[in-house]
Amino acid sequence: MRVLAAMSGGVDSAVAAALAQQAGHEVTGVHMALSRTPGTLRTGSRGCCTVEDAFDARRVCDLLGIPYYVWDFSEDFLDDVVADFLAEYAAGRTPNPCLRCNEKIKFAALLDRAIALGFDAVCTGHYARLMDDNLYRSVDLAKDQSYVLAVLTPEQLTHSMFPLGGWTKTQVRTEARRRGFAVAAKPDSYDICFIPDGDTHGYLVDKLGARPGAVVDATTGERIAEHDGVFAYTIGQRKGLRLDRPAPDGRPRYVLGIEPVSRTITVGPASGLDVGLVVADRVVFAGGRRAGFPVRVQAQLRAHGETVGGSADLVDDMLRLNLDRPARGVAPGQTVVLYGGPGVDEPAAGPSADQYVLAAGTIVRTG
Amino acid sequence: MTYLDHAATTPVLPEVIAAMSQAMTLTGNASSLHTSGRAARRRVEESRETIAEALGARPSEVIFTSGGTESDNLAVTGIYQARIAQDPRRTRILAPAIEHHAVLDVVEHLVAADGAAVTWLEVDDFGRVHADTLAAAIAENPADVALVTVMWANNEVGTVNPVRELAEVAHVHGIPFHTDAVQAVGQVPVDFTHCGADALTVTGHKIGGPTGAGLLLLRRETPVAPIMFGGGQERGIRSGTPDVAGIVGLAVAVKDAVTHRAERASAQATLRDELIRAVTARVPDVVLTGDPGAGLMDGGPSRLPGNAHLRFPGCEGDSLLMLLDAAGIECSTGSACTAGVPRPSHVLLAMGLDEHTARASLRFSLGHTSTASDVAAVADAIGPAVDRSRKAALAGARRR
Repeated sequence: MRVLAAMSGGVDSAVAAALAQQAGHEVTGVHMALSRTPGTLRTGSRGCCTVEDAFDARRVCDLLGIPYYVWDFSEDFLDDVVADFLAEYAAGRTPNPCLRCNEKIKFAALLDRAIALGFDAVCTGHYARLMDDNLYRSVDLAKDQSYVLAVLTPEQLTHSMFPLGGWTKTQVRTEARRRGFAVAAKPDSYDICFIPDGDTHGYLVDKLGARPGAVVDATTGERIAEHDGVFAYTIGQRKGLRLDRPAPDGRPRYVLGIEPVSRTITVGPASGLDVGLVVADRVVFAGGRRAGFPVRVQAQLRAHGETVGGSADLVDDMLRLNLDRPARGVAPGQTVVLYGGPGVDEPAAGPSADQYVLAAGTIVRTG
Repeated sequence: MTYLDHAATTPVLPEVIAAMSQAMTLTGNASSLHTSGRAARRRVEESRETIAEALGARPSEVIFTSGGTESDNLAVTGIYQARIAQDPRRTRILAPAIEHHAVLDVVEHLVAADGAAVTWLEVDDFGRVHADTLAAAIAENPADVALVTVMWANNEVGTVNPVRELAEVAHVHGIPFHTDAVQAVGQVPVDFTHCGADALTVTGHKIGGPTGAGLLLLRRETPVAPIMFGGGQERGIRSGTPDVAGIVGLAVAVKDAVTHRAERASAQATLRDELIRAVTARVPDVVLTGDPGAGLMDGGPSRLPGNAHLRFPGCEGDSLLMLLDAAGIECSTGSACTAGVPRPSHVLLAMGLDEHTARASLRFSLGHTSTASDVAAVADAIGPAVDRSRKAALAGARRR
């Protein structure tokens, strides 16, 4: 196959491209330029759009002896990821920009262009496996990225290739060293790439402007503090609430609710965070087959987190998920991913490599 | 492989390789006083004389540098600083926005860091600077102009500027005139004395010579401050131990380029026109950017004979480049992407094209190794590549 390897400049996409080539594919490396003003040398935290990263990707392609190009997706990225990120926060929701980037850029703008130019597939360094038309978790559960890929449609997945799904991160680094890749020891990226200093709050204040409002105690209804924008808060947050008086019982308080129109943040005890019901829309079935609803599942509610068992039903194209035990810190805007597989119904079930994605949706409300 | 990117760099001539290989076997610092030093000095000075003769200059007007970028930087910064030292009012630099980054960026640096002001000279739709444009810009205040710099021929679209006329306009007010002739040498007649410029940039690797070797032709009376300091080589204007082998290779290349210019230019123009015809036959809506090439400029063609800058409506240049690369054809989009993000060409934007149109461009540049089979290869590959590139652009547009 003619394979386009999306090369971020990191170790994962480098080894993924190498493995695709080793498997006999004709591989071309493409670095996606996502910013019009790429940062200069950055140490410590890493994003995926610096000049350094483009250089690192190029050096790997040199070693593999494959062509390398930089494609400009900065406009798409600005429209589909950054603007969406800001709009979601402004609306009191908590978006995941990496997931949006997969959905709209890597496996949409890039994939569409690749297909039009004669490629058969796009290869990335994600940790997930495509087997029997299903999207499985990676064997390295600590690195598993099936969650951020679960929003892809079957059509998108048909043209996707994740060579690292059967590898552990340690194995990937060893392979990179064995191949002499300079990126073998490059640190993983954790930050949001377009907020290089990691200060999401500062970024949001800068972009959205201060929008002051009240912090209200859920128990007493009393206005207990001011805030400079609802976007600074996320459901379940405890730190940075700037409450100068403790609760009467001294217990910690958490963000329970965000109301963007009245700009009200509601805080209260941890018990108020418990969620037993999750309702989601924009439902996608990665495997292409709709499970026979209602169905027993393990539900994952954020990118890095445990799973919770539950029963899911599909009503009017909306997912209704009843959790077996309460979950906390579940915010509208987040993506819920439902996994199936052997043993998902066991009381002690957690994430495991034999689980595959049944469906994903965007959380619209909890109860 | 079909190499059609001679404006980026050219295959090194076998004679250059032979001369440089021989020179590299010899030891000697041209500044040393012993026999080996004198021998090295002799090789440098003979090269200087060869180059001076080929380019219509005096040997003492040849300053060896590391290439086009250094020569441009030396000319612009050096003349600016020397002129302002003579009269502090002379802060204004006049240049068109179609210059190479080696000129643009040093001008912008002088503006940002050294108190300079700039007047960007407007160009016409072909990318040409007109004498009356320059005259009007100078007339704003002739006393505050430090220098004028206008490239001889544009590296992207191949349009040749009326250098002699422009130099005359600058000289009415005694203003020094620099021209970047990197693309011109070997393609159009370049005679330093005849053209009237006070400073002229040449580099080796665009004419079959080595990279890392270039020169600035500089009139003896033109004020210039050095930008590199050290041993005082090159009349104190450009310190640094001369790269004897590079200079020897540069001289062979300059002499070759000038000696064979007329016949090669005519052969390349014929091939270039054939390439444009062949592409037009397969892609009827293709558009040639820049001067049409039928006219004359100072006794040479009005467009670089090896240059075919084409716009493919509905395509993206970078995807076309990739598809042609995969088909064994090497060309350029003309846009620099050193910062990682390919930007639309500043030259095309200065010529009044919008970003979208500018991105639909490819530059094919022919050189002394180009043949009819190169043209045939492009003719075979261009149709399918354009079809695919258009589909890809449509796929992108549908999403937006």
